[in-house]
Amino acid sequence: MTTTISAPPPVAAPRRRRRRPLRGRGLHLYTIVLVGWLLVPIAVMILFGFNDTHTKQNFEWEGFTLKWYVHLFDKKDLTTALINSLTIALLTTLIATVLGTLLGLAIGRHRFRGQGMANLVMFAAISCPEIVMGASLLSMFVATETPRGYLTILAAHVMFSVSFVAITVRARAVGIDPSVEEAARDLGAGPLTTFRLVTLPMIMPGVLSGALLAFALSVDDFIITNFTSGSTQTFPLWVWSSTRTGTPPQVNVMGTLIFAIGVLLAVINIVAARRRARHS
Amino acid sequence: MTETSHPPVRDDQETSGSALPAIELTGVMKEYHAHGEKVAAVRGIDLAIGQGEFFSLLGPSGCGKTTTMRMIAGFEEPTGGEVLLNGKPVTDVPANKRDVNMVFQSYALFPHMSVFENVAFGLRRKGVAKDEIRRRVAAMLDIVDLAGREKRRPGELSGGQQQRVALARALVNRPRALLLDEPLGALDLKLRQHMQVELKRIQREVGITFVYVTHDQSEALTMSDRIAVMNDGRIEQLGSPREIYERPASKFVAGFIGTSNLLAGEIGEVRDTEAFITYGGDGQIVVPLDGRTAAPGDRLELTVRPEKIEIATQPPGGNGAGSAGGGYSGSRVRAKVAEVVYLGTSTNYIVTTAAGDEVTVFLQNATNADDIAGRGDDVWLSWEPRHSYAIGAS
Repeated sequence: MTTTISAPPPVAAPRRRRRRPLRGRGLHLYTIVLVGWLLVPIAVMILFGFNDTHTKQNFEWEGFTLKWYVHLFDKKDLTTALINSLTIALLTTLIATVLGTLLGLAIGRHRFRGQGMANLVMFAAISCPEIVMGASLLSMFVATETPRGYLTILAAHVMFSVSFVAITVRARAVGIDPSVEEAARDLGAGPLTTFRLVTLPMIMPGVLSGALLAFALSVDDFIITNFTSGSTQTFPLWVWSSTRTGTPPQVNVMGTLIFAIGVLLAVINIVAARRRARHS
Repeated sequence: MTETSHPPVRDDQETSGSALPAIELTGVMKEYHAHGEKVAAVRGIDLAIGQGEFFSLLGPSGCGKTTTMRMIAGFEEPTGGEVLLNGKPVTDVPANKRDVNMVFQSYALFPHMSVFENVAFGLRRKGVAKDEIRRRVAAMLDIVDLAGREKRRPGELSGGQQQRVALARALVNRPRALLLDEPLGALDLKLRQHMQVELKRIQREVGITFVYVTHDQSEALTMSDRIAVMNDGRIEQLGSPREIYERPASKFVAGFIGTSNLLAGEIGEVRDTEAFITYGGDGQIVVPLDGRTAAPGDRLELTVRPEKIEIATQPPGGNGAGSAGGGYSGSRVRAKVAEVVYLGTSTNYIVTTAAGDEVTVFLQNATNADDIAGRGDDVWLSWEPRHSYAIGAS
């Protein structure tokens, strides 16, 4: 349940502009309804993490308790699934951010043979329906007799995250004046130093946005993971399988915590982007 | 990082007084391949720029001047010929190891660094001690009049200030030569004129060779010791501003530098070193031949600068005029005023000569209170023989 950060955080901070004040009762009502619509599911998730339920079902409010927070890691296989999800998401973020940044830079800054093809493949990976992608990956892994598990999940997650990172980085990279890098070279910086001191800091907002996006996409992916997981459990897979017997409140608590971390990261990114924007 | 451990290619500072040119180009060419076709941007340039010289590469866009500069900086590799810095070939030396620095047209400041960090960038790459960096950056910011703005980001500065940061960032490294690529192009007219004077002052102060790329002829004339006028990948003329203005070597140079009146006619007579052209019936143009060989019957092209021409309602040399060989020994041409443009300090007369050429005459408004002639009036143009300048072949 990381719906709130599945939308990309702003790549460039919004400029401060003069806003026309909006008035009217209708608009107020509309705003409240819309915000409510977005927040109610999350509120329910958080609320039922505090539900003192005594059955296997967690549908009816039976009183407030903190015991699910205390006994958060009591269900060993759920904990394992969560750890799998988090480590896969972190590794995916790391690998996809490095690869996607390089790809985004290449497409955004240089002209080369096969550039159009690279662009096309990048968008194809995004626009391909997940269910089809998952099914194809499964048949590929079966055909090549690759044992499904942690590594195949990781490979699949990196594959679909790279494009998102590449696109956010590219958007940033095309806006950079190429002579800024030439200036660094002119002043004695070699290619590596130029990248470290000039290029990377300038594309950093795009890199960070891409990394957040990759994490968000990976940590709650169900469809592709379901096809490529073998016997490995991830958090979304475990939650899905638990719905038949009753989802324990720990799931709500974990969802709440993941959501909280996601919001925190998004806020940090926005604040950082604002600070940068003030300086440039 | 290993990159910083290599000192840039450079001799000792002491050699700067030697006769070796700071920059030398021998037969430098640059061809690009575009869509399977060879496109020549620079077609063989020979050039020697002296130590401490203010040298301009002047020409219209696409003439190869920026490509030439980028080959000196090391951003483009020549496809022929050689670039020498201080007598040493640098064709294989990458830009970060060449002892020249560049001021970019877009300034190319590092937006995520403060003014201080921008200016200190080059010194830090060279591994200069911290105290010395602080001292040299402060001194340089003083020269460009930006002391006290060390902590600002480039985005917080005006265009003129950014331009001076770019200048300081390059000059603080005490390069062999400073390359400036249309550095004033983005500034408004008043600031540009101010910066022209500033640049000249700074160049005198630091004594570094400046190579200045511009398409603005007045900018080049104002600041340069020498100018190379470029066209279509070649140098059309190389000389002092005065030489280039007064004695354009080609039609192109005459047309590109300032306003130029281009006239042509058949030589009627050659006397001593002067050719006499009978022009538009009863007019005549006297052209010094400057060692050219010409015979009666040859067609000759010449230029006259608009400020050298006198304009009057009476023929010059008094009453005897009307036939070639009157009292006046210079050029005299009958014309009709097509337009009078009042410009405050001066007045421009655009006239059509008896032979149909359009000529601009530029008159200072120092003494004459009223216009000499109005639109449609018949007038006489006259100028001294030395102000006719033959151009073109032979």
